[in-house]
Amino acid sequence: MDAEDDEIVAEIIRALGPSLQSPVTITTDTNITRDLGLDSLAVMDFVMVLEDRFDISIPLERIAEVETVGDLARTIRELRGRS
Amino acid sequence: MTILAKFSPLRENYERLRALGHDPFSVKFERIVSPTEGVLRGKRTILLGTNNYLGLTFDPSCIDAGVAALEGQGTGTTGSRIANGTYGGHGDLEAALADFYGRQHCMVFTTGYQANLGIISTLVGKDDFLLIDSDSHASIYDAAKMGTAPVVRFRHNDPDDLYKRLRRLGDQPGNKLVVVEGIYSMLGDTAPLKEFVQVKRETGAFLLVDEAHSMGVLGENGRGLAEQEGVEDDVDFTVGTFSKSLGAVGGFCVSDHPDFDILRVACRPYMFTASLPPSVIATTLQALKRMREEPGLRRRLTANAERLYYGLKGLGFELGPEPNPIVSVMLPNKELAIAAWNMLLEAGLYLNLALPPATPNSLALLRSSVSAAHTPAQIDTAIELFGQVGRRLGVLPTPGLVVQAAE
Repeated sequence: MDAEDDEIVAEIIRALGPSLQSPVTITTDTNITRDLGLDSLAVMDFVMVLEDRFDISIPLERIAEVETVGDLARTIRELRGRS
Repeated sequence: MTILAKFSPLRENYERLRALGHDPFSVKFERIVSPTEGVLRGKRTILLGTNNYLGLTFDPSCIDAGVAALEGQGTGTTGSRIANGTYGGHGDLEAALADFYGRQHCMVFTTGYQANLGIISTLVGKDDFLLIDSDSHASIYDAAKMGTAPVVRFRHNDPDDLYKRLRRLGDQPGNKLVVVEGIYSMLGDTAPLKEFVQVKRETGAFLLVDEAHSMGVLGENGRGLAEQEGVEDDVDFTVGTFSKSLGAVGGFCVSDHPDFDILRVACRPYMFTASLPPSVIATTLQALKRMREEPGLRRRLTANAERLYYGLKGLGFELGPEPNPIVSVMLPNKELAIAAWNMLLEAGLYLNLALPPATPNSLALLRSSVSAAHTPAQIDTAIELFGQVGRRLGVLPTPGLVVQAAE
């Protein structure tokens, strides 16, 4: 983990805020659907917010590969590097 | 571990829902009396959740056409068109739909779901981009999953958001296909199609409009939202269904794209499924004719839709943004929606209970769909029942309490 990853994870946690039912501690190992109780639609809506924060496209098939907050951070980093 | 163990959370949810009353996903009608009435546990019930917009399911001329086809051509085609051949009726229906929409080409599918699944997943390839509205129907999401193109979702009915996401794709090569719906099935809201067309023009994207809920409903001739908004020339592909205004089952896509016909040997949900039975083709052809000949059906539908919409609004319910044949009452939570749905069913009114994640913004909805065949008295009964249930559940203020407060 370097500074860029930390920054991405911090943004992910901030974006997750409104979708969470109750306050929880989020780490890179947090499973987005299982641990946070987000349904498929809520995950897609939250990813849309991240697309806007980072000004990138995160295609739906890339979201399907993501399980944890750490996975998502790596995906974002990769997509960012491309633009 | 059984193979279905992964559905345990779904089963628990479903069991909880069923414990609260009738099973909303398995309502069993003993008899269907007419387009607007059925019998449920021995009780006559108003049908207000059938998508039977023009009420043509019992039209005598449609029934006659279906019976003649059944007797003359048998019960089914028993195979796909590429393997078993095409019956005359399939070609006639495609020609009639192409003529209705003023297009060169039409392909008929066995269901509306397959029309979206097949057309969308085949139009875009791995080097293209698919852009879908966030409130898209499941068939569009499934097409996105089945296809090989990267899929980008834009905010519901937001042309600026679409523009931003298209811009983000930058100068990456590949065609862009934008998919929107004429009327959205959960809240009955229409797409801002003129603005979407503007974005399409500026960005060079292709546009597909799913008119499943707007065919026979919107436009001077019932061709849907694109006709109403005067932008048909900018729509590259129109998808529609036979299972709503046309009272049967099946789907179609019409287009002027010169190479459209290649899809017949590339589109798997068209190629690898049995074609529609002749009787369904015959009733659909006749229903299309009736729809074109009788604009009065659409006028009655609109009048009924407005009667229900403004009636419920007048009672104080929170509804979708526009008076369309889909009228959805938003309730504050799932529990109230389930209770209200059960009370209405007990009172003789059938409509749809729509819960998240099938609904936008996690809304709990009581979804009605109005028909041209409803009588004003049936609509008024529905409004009256909604009022009673809303007051009993405390969703609407009770007149008694208001009087007390004033004293």
